[in-house]
Amino acid sequence: MSLTQNISTSISSSSSSFLAYSVFPYRNRDVSLPSKNFGTCRCVAIPQEEKTTYKTNVSRNANMAKLQAGYLFPEIARRRNAHLPKYPDSKVISLGIGDTTEPIPEVITSAMSKRSQALSTLQGYSGYGAEQGEKPLRAAIVSTFYGGLGIDEDDIFVSDGAKCDISRLQVLFGSEATIAVQDPSYPAYVDSSVIMGQTGLYQKDAEKYGNIEYMRCNPENGFFPDLSKVCRADIIFFCSPNNPTGSAATREQLTQLVQFAKDNGSIIVYDSAYAMYISDDKPRSIFEIPGAKEVALETASFSKYAGFTGVRLGWTVVPKELLFLDGFPVAKDFNRIVCTCFNGASNVVQAGGLACLSPEGRNAMQKVVGFYKENADIIMDTFNSLGFNVYGGRNAPYVWVHFPGRSSWDVFSEILEKTHVVTTPGSGFGPGGEGFIRVSAFGHRDNVLEACRRFKQLYK
Amino acid sequence: MWNLSLNKICKLKMYNFSTCNAMPCRNFLWPMIPQARLEIQKERVVCHTRVQRNVNLEKLQNGYLFPEISMHELQHIRKYPDAKLINLGIGDTTEPIPDIVAVSMAEYAHALSTVEGYRGYGAEQGNKALRKAIAETLYKDVQVKDSEVFVSDGSQCDITRLQLLLGSNVTMAVQDPSFPAYIDTSVIIGQAGDFEEKSGKFGNIEYMNCGPQNNFFPDLAKTRRTDIIFFCSPNNPTGQAATRQQLEELVKFAKENGSIIIFDSAYAVYVTDDSPRSIFEIPGAKEVAIEVSSFSKFAGFTGVRLGWTVVPEELCFSNGFPVINDFNRIVCTCFNGASNISQAGGLACLSSEGFMAVCSVVNYYKENAKILLETLASLGLKVYGGENAPYVWVHFPGSKSWDVFDYILEKTHIITVPGSGFGPGGEEFLRMSTFGHRETILEASKRLKNLFS
Repeated sequence: MSLTQNISTSISSSSSSFLAYSVFPYRNRDVSLPSKNFGTCRCVAIPQEEKTTYKTNVSRNANMAKLQAGYLFPEIARRRNAHLPKYPDSKVISLGIGDTTEPIPEVITSAMSKRSQALSTLQGYSGYGAEQGEKPLRAAIVSTFYGGLGIDEDDIFVSDGAKCDISRLQVLFGSEATIAVQDPSYPAYVDSSVIMGQTGLYQKDAEKYGNIEYMRCNPENGFFPDLSKVCRADIIFFCSPNNPTGSAATREQLTQLVQFAKDNGSIIVYDSAYAMYISDDKPRSIFEIPGAKEVALETASFSKYAGFTGVRLGWTVVPKELLFLDGFPVAKDFNRIVCTCFNGASNVVQAGGLACLSPEGRNAMQKVVGFYKENADIIMDTFNSLGFNVYGGRNAPYVWVHFPGRSSWDVFSEILEKTHVVTTPGSGFGPGGEGFIRVSAFGHRDNVLEACRRFKQLYK
Repeated sequence: MWNLSLNKICKLKMYNFSTCNAMPCRNFLWPMIPQARLEIQKERVVCHTRVQRNVNLEKLQNGYLFPEISMHELQHIRKYPDAKLINLGIGDTTEPIPDIVAVSMAEYAHALSTVEGYRGYGAEQGNKALRKAIAETLYKDVQVKDSEVFVSDGSQCDITRLQLLLGSNVTMAVQDPSFPAYIDTSVIIGQAGDFEEKSGKFGNIEYMNCGPQNNFFPDLAKTRRTDIIFFCSPNNPTGQAATRQQLEELVKFAKENGSIIIFDSAYAVYVTDDSPRSIFEIPGAKEVAIEVSSFSKFAGFTGVRLGWTVVPEELCFSNGFPVINDFNRIVCTCFNGASNISQAGGLACLSSEGFMAVCSVVNYYKENAKILLETLASLGLKVYGGENAPYVWVHFPGSKSWDVFDYILEKTHIITVPGSGFGPGGEEFLRMSTFGHRETILEASKRLKNLFS
């Protein structure tokens, strides 16, 4: 699988011309990719030397056809992999995909080892678990993260991660729901919305999908949308601390958001995957805001706290008070989805989750989170010292660097070419990310220091 | 089964409905609950959002089948706290996972706490070595490429992801009876049309009846064309494995109609005779079929969570677009890979030692099946399945399956699954799963002998 060198096209979850589909191993051919003006490549009837290819009579899902490109992060991985052979002696440093790098604390892995071993014993073997998750884990999640907020154990739905939960929530809401997202935002919200059929077509000039309300978040508005200019949508995706901008919303801002949702009868899907990275007194959960239980559900993850990116564990909180227009509780329908479209997170992994939330586990997680936060400090200081306008980093493991007037994919390529450091171009997160680069703060300390040395060299 | 919907509606009494005065929202009170209205007035006013409930979810008639069975189990335990309940209901594995597999997961987990052994995000499609092992061990003679294998956290999740892939505009056919997830996910995605009380079927789904009268293989001449055909063999719940000839017919039918078969081979390892274990044993299947499978009943991974789906590169939509490309996109966007620990376990299952070990557990369950089969046959009952699957399908002509379920539960404290839970074609039948400790199976046999002789 190879990319031709001509590719310098913009790509984002919502950009036009990347030919991701044809790059996926398909009939063992090196598909030569046309230039950037071609538009979306549809792998329609590529001429074959052999017999005519049989086609079924099943129409391709029109929603899939609306997607403009591959999902953002595999694309970043592809670029990185294409870069490696070009510079075999360079040490490529990945500050792109937000992948954790530090080993998982032993208190946590030993719990998973123990549970694995127990499965080979008569007393310790367990089969299907409750789809909503093991009771002790659900209880521990409540007491650790939602103490005093009026959330019960049975409001918690344990999952194999936030990304999967987001899709299950979309399946729950259905194709008739309308969504609003921050712009820029984590690509899964928009992409899953397109797949579900909630959106219109992609509009090339605006770099947006029809029927999605994009709520611009930029330095000018303190990375909080001007809600007076936002049209009503059924569902409002809101991530804080934010991926990619690193900004955490204040209590006042979230109070405003909750009020906005209430006035509009909307549901907030609050993504709190980075809550443990907060340094100051910003809210860690939407449920800290009075009235939020009637307008919000919250999704969270062990990925960036416990290094569980490969282990897979997260949860979603759906309060009993959250009701559809006809009074039907959202939690009931979500439960049905969880029972029908899912079969629970792995039992071994849930044992790890429980260990994460023991006092020793929590301390250990704080240490790892603290380590990545120090990385973020180093990266922020570096870009600040180079005279850039830098955002985020304080309350999240992402640093959002402004390159005014420049195409973020161009900057991405420049940084990759000249320093062999992988970052993520802001436009991959939506048109509001154009002109920015996201540098993630996960990495071994020496790699982060080395990357910063290289940045200093390039931009001095 | 359908009278459960009353129970469900009554449960809704727990929730307070009221019009929120702050918002101009309409209030649809469930007709059955005048009592709840009175209760509400004492409570504080609660707010509804203005988000419409997904109409597709409204169409679902009841809770998902297996949690409903669990509820019956709990009710029974409350009623008879001293009874020794035997669970032949939900098909849950019971025997410990072989050491070699458990140890590999334990070691992998431990390694995650070391610098060299730590792994973050894996490829969404699955660990390379595992994909290769699945292709080479389980599809040895049918040339499935490792690039066509997508590792998952289990079939139930894969089925939903396939439905997301296919979208709401496709039509589908299912065997009747069938594993409930096919129909339920179809309803949820919006393919199924409305439920028709009289027939017990969803209007837009083609139900392919499978019963003793047609050897549990549908009469394809009477089956109308649909885009997608769900086919499970060995079958849950009937326990029947389709013959090579039957699957050739099915592939031909799919080809003629330009349909896509989604072949569920979760029980392939239970095949005793020479029935095909994969749809890809049939020539031409790669152009018309996707195969879904699982480590659950193969390796006791019901709680560990691991499965896979094979999407052949040859499989194309009507516009020539490869299905595999879209499935890959779904897997990258709606999923983030199966747990790396579970995958390590899966790899161990497919090593030569591991494979032998998990197969011996499978054989244990197959022995259970034999015992139950013999018991029920000796009682003069009409029994099917059990030879190529861990399910025994018992016919009680003229009876309602929920009545038989209740009767057996009441008299023997054995949980089974009423056939109508799998579709109208399951009425008059009862499914007994053959997972369980040997002594439990023997005890169940004893109790059934007592009841029916």
